[in-house]
Amino acid sequence: MIKIKFTLIFIGLLLFSINGFGSDNNCLNCHLDWESEEGSAAKYARDIHSQKGLGCTECHGGDPSLDDMDDVRNSKGYRGVPNHLEVPDFCARCHADAAYMHEHNPSLPVDQLAKYKTSVHGQRLFARKDKKVANCISCHSVHEIGTGQMPYSSTHPTNLPATCGECHADKEYMAEYDIPTDQLEKYRSSVHGQALLQRGDLGAPACNDCHGNHGAAPPGVASLAAVCGVCHALEAELFAISPHAEAYRENDFPMCETCHSNHDIIKPYDEMIGAVGSAVCTNCHSADDGTIGLSTADSILVSINNLVQAHAQAKRRLNEAIYKGMMTTDEEFLLKEVDQTLIQARTLVHSFNMDSVAPKARAGIAKADTIIANAAGLINEYYFRRKGLGVATLIITFLAIMLYRKIRKIESR
Amino acid sequence: MDGFQSGPIKNSYKWLDERLKINALIEYMGSKEVPRHSHSIFYYLGGITLFLFIVQVITGILLLMYYRPGADSAYESVKFIVSEVSFGWLIRSIHSWSANLMILAAFFHMFTVFFTRAYRKPRELTWYTGMGLLALSMTFGFSGYLLPWNELAFFATRVGTGMAGAIPVIGDFLMVIMRGGEEVTGATIGRFFGLHVAILPLLTTGLLTMHLIFVQRQGMSEPMHWAGKKREEKKFMKFFPNFLYRDALVWLVALNILALLAVIFPDGISVIHWPLGEKADPFAPPPPVIRPEWYFMFAFQALKMFPPHIWFIEGELFGIIIFGFGGLIWMLIPLLDRGASENKPSKLVMTFGAFVILFIVVMTIVGYLVE
Repeated sequence: MIKIKFTLIFIGLLLFSINGFGSDNNCLNCHLDWESEEGSAAKYARDIHSQKGLGCTECHGGDPSLDDMDDVRNSKGYRGVPNHLEVPDFCARCHADAAYMHEHNPSLPVDQLAKYKTSVHGQRLFARKDKKVANCISCHSVHEIGTGQMPYSSTHPTNLPATCGECHADKEYMAEYDIPTDQLEKYRSSVHGQALLQRGDLGAPACNDCHGNHGAAPPGVASLAAVCGVCHALEAELFAISPHAEAYRENDFPMCETCHSNHDIIKPYDEMIGAVGSAVCTNCHSADDGTIGLSTADSILVSINNLVQAHAQAKRRLNEAIYKGMMTTDEEFLLKEVDQTLIQARTLVHSFNMDSVAPKARAGIAKADTIIANAAGLINEYYFRRKGLGVATLIITFLAIMLYRKIRKIESR
Repeated sequence: MDGFQSGPIKNSYKWLDERLKINALIEYMGSKEVPRHSHSIFYYLGGITLFLFIVQVITGILLLMYYRPGADSAYESVKFIVSEVSFGWLIRSIHSWSANLMILAAFFHMFTVFFTRAYRKPRELTWYTGMGLLALSMTFGFSGYLLPWNELAFFATRVGTGMAGAIPVIGDFLMVIMRGGEEVTGATIGRFFGLHVAILPLLTTGLLTMHLIFVQRQGMSEPMHWAGKKREEKKFMKFFPNFLYRDALVWLVALNILALLAVIFPDGISVIHWPLGEKADPFAPPPPVIRPEWYFMFAFQALKMFPPHIWFIEGELFGIIIFGFGGLIWMLIPLLDRGASENKPSKLVMTFGAFVILFIVVMTIVGYLVE
């Protein structure tokens, strides 16, 4: 009898434990059954919320232990699925709650909704009830949300251009907004796009680095230099004190964009400055515009070109010395300094002032001349060694022949 | 002394002869004879090795004038030698080429002695001292490789000393002694430098002196097929001046080859190379290919090919035991090959020698091919 009691208690505990410690998330149990392997429930395992231990009810409410869908819908706190216009507030329940976010991710800002409301997207969504405009899930996805550091995330820098492009590159979708839809195509061919998408250089800017993310807006004329200056700080600083700064402000010219364009920024080349050909200076300046613009541009180009030529010649001579097997570590180091000087001189172009560019170019040319002279010395030394070897070999060979004759003489006796 | 009939040279010679009995020495050398036969050329290999050793000593002393051991100065001083010191590049290049050629010549010398079974009685001690000299030469190479304190040398030394750590019982202790600590550091340079310029030269001088005395006392070994021949049936040449002049001629040819190699390939060629490259950085990732010097490659490759475990013994340890055992047999061949002193042919010894050569050549080639 006691044995039967113990057996019943054991079975009871077993059943309780199976029920108690088994999956209590009936939302997933059902949705995994109903949906495909690509469905929301299956994707959710990769979602950052899932990884942080949050379940379905944290967003959608309801009682996940209930078996019946209707019972869940009628259960306390059930919020269901928000419509497009409700999504920002739906997410902000947690993401704008500093105390709640502190429990899960203290480093994450809680001003996304506030910023979103200032953005073009947010303004259209809230003020005009525009259901096509992007809300949180348009960019972050719904049940596969990742942080910007996760490679699969739609907001990872290498995925972000395509994420924005989903709407902004869709002509049909964007037709009613009267804005271009070629930004993605242009960006992909730009120096930034190639660096980020082809070389995987995460230091290169994606859309959000210039336009912002939650507070996304096109940079205005006034803020453009500041936006580019986040990365190109020296260029921005030089431009700000250049003669161009005032003129651009007066004429409402967008600062960097005027010469470099925006989405399709190409890798700058020296001939962008100058008075002829593809020089962008000629877009605004002419020979008779009453300024020293074109003559300064021409002088700067000459300075830079002189440095480029000196650099190329130094490299060529140095390679000759290296090819001949000479010790050139000091000269190689000096060539790196010339590389650096060339970069600095090209940066100084943004001062549009010969007094800045010319001394730097001269310093680089002087270093290049030192390399050329040293390389010439090393090449001469190479030929001196060869001649020395020739003489030494002749002497040794002569001695060997004399010795051989002596041996023959001795042995013929 | 036909050339010294008169004048100050004759007087100086006479002065020296009265005190040092030089004429007696020359007469003794003149009475010595060297066998002449189809393999006489082998007799010059020891001389070439000696010549290259002398070059090593001279160039080593010259390098020593500028070289400064230490993690902060070794690389810089070698760089200074090859880039700033007049003919410093040539001295380093000759030192490196001569080191490699010396070991090559020593290997050839050893194998010719082995296959002619010249180690047989009464020349057993000459063989033992020769083996000791070869071991010292290889230790010279190993210790000298680290001294420039460049990237390749650092990692190769780390691997090499790490292998010593696999020796049973004393391995860890030996590794720490060699490195001057747990890792290859500036302390290792100090030890290797001391070994390279003081301990090894001292041991080598002692052993080399013994080796040369033995050779001089016993003369060159006659080929085994001369056994039983009458003196009239054998050919000889005088040691002085004939053999010494011939030796000098070979030395001149060796010097010429050395000069050509040192000037045309100052940093070596193919797998035998010693570019200074980058300074050693213990925190840098190791280069993709770490190779020992070519004369260690066969052992390095063979040890790599052992499986992780053989029975209950670690593969590397098993390999070291096998190598140790093989080396011991090779070393003790004068004792084991008893038939040699009775001029009996031995297929076993010849097969063993051929196997060792084949093993070294194949393993060396495989070692370079697989990387």
